Amino acid sequence: MGAIYRREMGAFFTSGVAYVFLVVFYFISGLFFYNGVLAAGITDVSPMFSSMFYIIMFLIPILTMKLLSEEKKNKTDQGLLTAPVGLWEIVLGKYFAALTLFIIAESIVFIYAIILAALGDVVWQTLFGNYFAMLFLGAAFIAVGLFISSLTENQITAAIVSMVVLFVIYLSEMLVSDFENGNKFQKIIFKVVSSIAFYSRYNEFTNGVFSLPSIIFFISVAFLFNFLTVRVLEKRRWS
Amino acid sequence: MIEVRNLTKKYGEKLAVNDISFRVEKGEILGFLGPNGAGKSTTMNMLTGYISSTSGQVLIDGVDILEDPKTAKANIGYLPEIPPLYVDMTVDGYLNFMYDLKKCKLPRKAHLTDVCDLCKISDVRGRIIKNLSKGYRQRVGLAQALINNPPVLILDEPTVGLDPNQIIEIRSLIKKLGKRHTVILSSHILPEIQAVCDRIIIINKGQVAADGTADEIAKNITNEHKMTLRIEGPTHTAEDKKAITAALRNLPGVKYVRADMERERGIYDYDVETDGKTDIRHSLNKLCNEKGWNILMLQLSDLTLEDIFLKITMGDGVPVVTEQSAPKLDIKVKDGELIASEKEEPAEEALPEDEAAADDSDNNGGEE
Repeated sequence: MGAIYRREMGAFFTSGVAYVFLVVFYFISGLFFYNGVLAAGITDVSPMFSSMFYIIMFLIPILTMKLLSEEKKNKTDQGLLTAPVGLWEIVLGKYFAALTLFIIAESIVFIYAIILAALGDVVWQTLFGNYFAMLFLGAAFIAVGLFISSLTENQITAAIVSMVVLFVIYLSEMLVSDFENGNKFQKIIFKVVSSIAFYSRYNEFTNGVFSLPSIIFFISVAFLFNFLTVRVLEKRRWS
Repeated sequence: MIEVRNLTKKYGEKLAVNDISFRVEKGEILGFLGPNGAGKSTTMNMLTGYISSTSGQVLIDGVDILEDPKTAKANIGYLPEIPPLYVDMTVDGYLNFMYDLKKCKLPRKAHLTDVCDLCKISDVRGRIIKNLSKGYRQRVGLAQALINNPPVLILDEPTVGLDPNQIIEIRSLIKKLGKRHTVILSSHILPEIQAVCDRIIIINKGQVAADGTADEIAKNITNEHKMTLRIEGPTHTAEDKKAITAALRNLPGVKYVRADMERERGIYDYDVETDGKTDIRHSLNKLCNEKGWNILMLQLSDLTLEDIFLKITMGDGVPVVTEQSAPKLDIKVKDGELIASEKEEPAEEALPEDEAAADDSDNNGGEE
């Protein structure tokens, strides 16, 4: 796992993906920080975190798009799958590499916090709560992106499909919001959709509620999709 | 070292590999030969655990590749058809990655230096793989397979894309490796297989069509034993031709004699086919001695690997092609590419009726 993790980290930087990801992330989060926090004259970082959801949704597919699709396209997966390593090691090596880059990106909020601390009082609980919420949200999104990357040989396809899937998950919640007070059938749909919703779970944190079930939910999603990725690799062998 | 039992791979309804079984002993170099799409690469991918078999078993050093993949794979170095190179890494970076991936315990620096020296890539270690030529990439692929000194090496068309010098280098490298490793290599370049391999398995349409050394295979698929003679008679006219043909026909063991062209003034060539059991060379000498003829040339023309390959891979289903190509093969053989197996008596086996008939008609046509 270590070898694959190190190689992927190296590849992020040699291919330039890391720079694009970090620059866009820092730029947009900086904008949100300036507009939502500094310019508004408040020290509450929740509005910034709330807006970051959309950015993560579109940036994480960039991070995960080539992780497995390129391996298959360039036939480098033959090297990995015939080496004495298990499928979980391969998948997790790649997963944690992407997660590490994401953590590097989101840890910029601590620099924002230092700036805030110079200007006023920072509510550290809210900051950490939101930080971890975003981390686990990212962990779940990366697993989804990695899974979609394992399904195709084309990294652009992987990126677009991942964005669409994440966007649909987000939208589904908005679409069924009217169903909350509808008939029985609509209520069931509402319940199902909102129980697998990412956005409202994430928003709980930005509203200052640290919800352990939501953390567990995100971790479960991450595990589930990594498991599915392993199954895809396994199945490709047998077909 | 490697044991394959009843290996079968189906892609949907299509049978890619059909019930292949063979064994490779330690230190053996086995050549996989077959036309494109015969199932060579599929078999190799199953041997290395890249894809799984539909049924059957692969044992590497006694370990089943599907039951204990990690142990089995640790014993294999694999160079696939397309080397699995990460093109944006440097050669050094890539080899270090493979070293880590294979969890190699050998001293890193010394081992990688050894491998690079062996594959002659020491001078490009700092370069990015993307910028390397095909030949160098192939060698980096081979170096990758050699990391951790696996006892089994599986090389899928290792010389594809190399220039003649590099091909010779890689071949001698493989021969060298064959002393310490068990090697399976596939190719459709016949001289290569012949030059490098101890044993050959010919795969056709997903099945093992032949297994053994080139000579053994030749012996098994044919009982023809042919030679070309050039005999000088006393008169240097067509009279000689008739007399010599008739006399040769009467030699015990001779099945067929066909007078060929006049190669030198008044001297003819004779294609002689024996029954495969009798060595006629002694009686031939005696005959010529008695009659006062001179043998100017005697050339045994048994099947080359190329003939064997064509016979096996094109033989079934397309009889017309085989018949027409038969005389062409003879000419090729005469030109000097032959396997000398004069001491071995081919096994007795009846010629298929139609094939014998075809030979007859060919020969009759050529007599005039």
